[in-house]
Amino acid sequence: MKTYTAGISNPDDTKMPAGYSSAIETHELTRKFGDFTAVDSINLHVPSGRIFGLIGPNGAGKTTTIKMLTTLLEPTSGTAKVAGFDVHSSSKEVRKRIGYVPQMLSADGGLTAYENLMLSAKLYGMKRSDRKARVEDALNFMNLSESSNKLVKAYSGGMIRRLELAQAMLHMPSVLFLDEPTIGLDPVARRVVWERLIALRKEYGMTILITTHDMEEADRLCDEIALMHRGKITISGSPADLKTSVGTDANLDDVFVHYSGGVIEEGGNYRDVRKTRRTANRLA
Amino acid sequence: MSEKHAERQTGWLSSFFLVEFFRESLAISEVEIKKLLRDPTELFTRAVQPVLWLVIFGQVFSRVRGIPTGRVTYLAFLTPGILAQSVLFSAIFYGIAVIWERDLGIIHKLMVSPAHRTSLVLGKAVSSGFRGLVQVVIIYVLALVMGISLRWEPWAIGGVLLSVVLGSAIFSTFSLVIACIVKTRERFMGIGQILTMPLFFASNAIYPLELMPPWLRWFARFNPLTYLVDALRSLMIQGGHSVHSFGFDLVVMVSVFIVFLLTARRLYPTLIQ
Repeated sequence: MKTYTAGISNPDDTKMPAGYSSAIETHELTRKFGDFTAVDSINLHVPSGRIFGLIGPNGAGKTTTIKMLTTLLEPTSGTAKVAGFDVHSSSKEVRKRIGYVPQMLSADGGLTAYENLMLSAKLYGMKRSDRKARVEDALNFMNLSESSNKLVKAYSGGMIRRLELAQAMLHMPSVLFLDEPTIGLDPVARRVVWERLIALRKEYGMTILITTHDMEEADRLCDEIALMHRGKITISGSPADLKTSVGTDANLDDVFVHYSGGVIEEGGNYRDVRKTRRTANRLA
Repeated sequence: MSEKHAERQTGWLSSFFLVEFFRESLAISEVEIKKLLRDPTELFTRAVQPVLWLVIFGQVFSRVRGIPTGRVTYLAFLTPGILAQSVLFSAIFYGIAVIWERDLGIIHKLMVSPAHRTSLVLGKAVSSGFRGLVQVVIIYVLALVMGISLRWEPWAIGGVLLSVVLGSAIFSTFSLVIACIVKTRERFMGIGQILTMPLFFASNAIYPLELMPPWLRWFARFNPLTYLVDALRSLMIQGGHSVHSFGFDLVVMVSVFIVFLLTARRLYPTLIQ
């Protein structure tokens, strides 16, 4: 496993405290919006170096959970530690140690891939002397070196996603949060993203938390999965254990239907649908 | 640790904080400026309005001679007002771009970075200042073509540039605050239209404050555009007269900017919640 420290002003800034093995730990984590409880007392434990999947129907609370873990949203009650730091009291320490790929295609289309990464390098406080090398390494890792000076608006959806992964891994975070990273991608682009995620974990030992509606993706990538429904975690375990819990020939689709009550669509709102459609439009 | 050593360390830390803070702000403003230069259409379309105001409104009202403008012609009196107006109009819709960036997830990524949130807001304000500087060039060229006597002393030009950057920063940050409150582009368009005209007409941009009824004059005194125009009037035009000293106008503008900056810093995270 590579330990990459070049470019970081203080390499310890992106690492977890010594002796700490839990990448993500929540205790009764809750978020309410008025009377509505989006996330209801969830307890998560994600050991370091794992790929952890959060699945569930629209409106189950996955994105709200990610927002709390990435310090974008304050929990109403309960606690959460990411990379060994409390998301409420040490939010800046958490932010130094995480990378985030939101559901929307968020790379700036008006900039080149190189410029997008350079912006991140500056915001993450990388040393000037190391920025260029680090950016080039990240582009290389995501197979984007040849198109690094092209404006991102000319990229395909799969390339944008790889660029966003490059942006999220640039500072070598301990934990990566990916909110539906392959939504709207064609099967080839999707597989390339999977392959890069597996390489990220293998080569750099990053912990990855991924939300997805794609059960094939969850099955292939995740060491452990938690299924959220109505803000609660209804079951968690390895993909194999979850399948066994439903039946001998069950797949993750069956697990999903079984534990989310078999309701095809009950959650999500107009904003979620609009967000997803916008991502799809950018990919078209 | 000795007190002296601790003091030295605190000083080092605070200067490191400032370096970090300004590096982040510059990084944000640099990419904004890069994008603007790559597609400068907006800069040219923004130039149309001041041209119309000066060439049509200015020329017609110069003939009226009903507006007391001191030692200068009405056209010369109007020129700094139109520069301030174009600064206001190009900065006040900045919030829409921020809402658009929120919808694309760009703001989410900036917020997850360890960059100071105030520096993210300041970076946006600085890039808006750059847009304001482009307006300066447009208005100066236009004024020259129309035969208006401008001041060319370096300190006067420096004062104009500083005032315009500050004015742009004030209105773009104000726009960001509004964006954080209304949250959608549709609502912002409505609010933006409602805000722009009162800010413009309740200022000294196209007529002196003395012509206003007392209630409107009272409102104009709380309008930052009034202080931008006041600063520009004596700095830009030969024989131009400002009601307040440049120092006073500057203090008012800096104070207003700090209030908006801190408010925007507080509200910015709510844009993505």
